[in-house]
Amino acid sequence: MTRAMFGHGIGSAAPPVPNTDMSAALASLSMPSPVLTASGCAASGRELDQFFDITKIGAIVTKSVMLRPRSGRPTPRMCETPSGMLNSIGLQGPGIEEFIEVDLAWLEARGARTVVSIAGESVDEYGKVAQKLRTVGGADAIEVNISCPNVSDRNQVFACDPEMAANVIQTVRRQSDSQTPIFAKLSPDVTDIAEIARSVVRAGVDGLTVINTALGMVIDLETMRPALAGVTGGLSGPAIRPIALRCVWQIRQALPDIPILGVGGIRTGFDALQFILAGANAVSVGTMTFNDPSAPMRVHNELALALAERGFGSVSEAISYGHRGADIFETAGEGEIELE
Amino acid sequence: MPVQVRGEVLDVRRAGVYYVLSITAPGIPEQFRPGHFVTIGIGGEESGLILRRAFAIHQVQSRGVYGGTLDVVVGVQGKGTRWLSGRRRHDTLDIVGPLGKPFILPKEGVPCVLVGGGYGSAPLFMLAEQLRERGCRVDVVLGASTEEKLYGVLDIKRVSSMLTITTEDGSSGTKGRVTDVLPDIMERNNSAVVYACGPMGMLASVAAIAAEYRAYSQCSVEESMACGIGICMTCVLPVIGDDGITRMVRSCVEGPIFRGDLVRWDEIGTIPADALGAPALDLS
Ligand SMILES: Cc1cc2nc3c(=O)[nH]c(=O)nc-3n(C[C@H](O)[C@H](O)[C@H](O)COP(=O)(O)OP(=O)(O)OC[C@H]3O[C@@H](n4cnc5c(N)ncnc54)[C@H](O)[C@@H]3O)c2cc1C
Ligand SMILES: Cc1cc2nc3c(=O)[nH]c(=O)nc-3n(C[C@H](O)[C@H](O)[C@H](O)COP(=O)(O)O)c2cc1C
Ligand code: FES
Repeated sequence: MTRAMFGHGIGSAAPPVPNTDMSAALASLSMPSPVLTASGCAASGRELDQFFDITKIGAIVTKSVMLRPRSGRPTPRMCETPSGMLNSIGLQGPGIEEFIEVDLAWLEARGARTVVSIAGESVDEYGKVAQKLRTVGGADAIEVNISCPNVSDRNQVFACDPEMAANVIQTVRRQSDSQTPIFAKLSPDVTDIAEIARSVVRAGVDGLTVINTALGMVIDLETMRPALAGVTGGLSGPAIRPIALRCVWQIRQALPDIPILGVGGIRTGFDALQFILAGANAVSVGTMTFNDPSAPMRVHNELALALAERGFGSVSEAISYGHRGADIFETAGEGEIELE
Repeated sequence: MPVQVRGEVLDVRRAGVYYVLSITAPGIPEQFRPGHFVTIGIGGEESGLILRRAFAIHQVQSRGVYGGTLDVVVGVQGKGTRWLSGRRRHDTLDIVGPLGKPFILPKEGVPCVLVGGGYGSAPLFMLAEQLRERGCRVDVVLGASTEEKLYGVLDIKRVSSMLTITTEDGSSGTKGRVTDVLPDIMERNNSAVVYACGPMGMLASVAAIAAEYRAYSQCSVEESMACGIGICMTCVLPVIGDDGITRMVRSCVEGPIFRGDLVRWDEIGTIPADALGAPALDLS
């Protein structure tokens, strides 16, 4: 497979599309593609729609939204690092009400599938955001960004504590329509990610998004101070791909049936395929969309080819194929695995 | 609407400390207005430098042997701009543009003054031409720390009513900064609009002078950008809206050109306490 780098304009002369069945599912959300955007790397889809047809990918995962408008952190908010970047945006956003009126309404009118990412500083805030979403509908799934500090508990990050993470999920589950799948987005900055995964699954999530950014920092040698105004920031991009892949693998080992949305450093169809082989049911393309605004569509096309070249007729045949032979799975046939 | 195209480098020229790249970019010149910028991918498909770099569009030609072409003026700062300076004829580049909101032009032929710091003069050339076409008087002030860092002195002279040069070391023109000579020029010509592009500090001072002379100012800001197309929220700065409320706005899509009197220059790099969604307000 040669990589069509310039997805749009020139690249939309896309490679011959093979007959691979690209349909995918995340719990009850069915999609024509296993490639989604990543929260905070696509805004609400409108800008990217200029570069590719956003209804053709799996879904738009919107920027995490909180209860009220939020200014985010001071600049500088980003810093380039080897094969990646650090960001400390601080969840700048319009608040759930304006989000529903403007962004969600636009996405609905556009006919795009939408995974709404929500965030909060307290269990209560997550619940209220979920409640507002329920009243309007329009979210095909909810992704709960639990990588936020809990202001009422010494700013401990929800995602780093199995019990706190479970509390958030229970609350969101209770406040949401039972038909809406809920995904918990996990942080790699924990000792045992499978433990957190089990805890939120017990609390009632329908799936897991794996992973959020990894905490990092850079010191500017000119000022000899941290390069980011927020001191530390989230590391993303190809630099974290092996970590993300390892997390997906470990969770798939621990939980053979839970739907997983794999994310972290995906740049090409080959990268996406690695995640699927490791156990992801679908993938999100995040930071690399900054590098190539048509990356999600390009990754979809490249993945179709990469699957076909390896003799897979569909995405679902390849899910968890990297684990074949492992005895935690009930093997359905010759080297094949059925997960759902 | 911005497009992503594969451009071919037609020419790389030295100009003082700068490199001027002429690139084919079908679809961009046709939509260009002065003040627009492009982003360029760095290092090719496997590059570890994953963020695109932003450059003001300097010149465009929408016809000719190569179809649409554009020029950018590159000052070498770090790895990305160094890589660009090493491009040669026939190399290909991944270009996205035109991006951002362009300069707003006056409807009538009013006196204008254009201020460029260093490579900040790049977007002013075609702006000057278009202002002249509308019958505006166009005074130009170019400044830099030293002569080598001035860009395009001879070329911009042809499109300006009067050109004033300043350098901090006195190697060319008046010794000092653009803001030392600006008040005089505005006073003499009754300038109604000031256009400025350059470092943030310069823009802040230019905006203050414009306000003093009750002139309308349009400043092209330069914030670090990760995406350039409005999806990442890294490029924000505090700007006062029509409703009087300050918001942290994205300079890549709502700028890079802002009205000088609406940017809270002194508070760039902070979240003003009265900005929409600022932590201080959250507590109330
Ligand atoms: C709207 C706009 C127009 C610009 N026009 C021009 C132009 O016409 N000519 C020109 O020479 N330069 C221009 N710049 C600045 C140019 O983008 C930076 O010099 C360049 O990104 C530096 O990259 P680097 O790899 O050499 O430096 P590095 O320091 O290695 O860059 C590291 C990271 O920081 C970002 N960064 C560093 N400095 C700047 C900066 N000054 N502005 C924005 N991002 C920065 C880079 O994009 C990169 O992501 C413009 C910037 C903006 C935002
Ligand atoms: C600028 C930026 C903003 C982000 N904002 C959010 C966010 O609001 N909510 C969230 O859950 N993840 C956010 N993320 C994390 C991404 O969704 C993703 O999990 C992570 O970047 C790893 O994937 P990537 O390497 O493909 O970017 C953000 C990432 C970046 C780079
Ligand atoms: S640079 Fe990404 S939003 Fe402006």
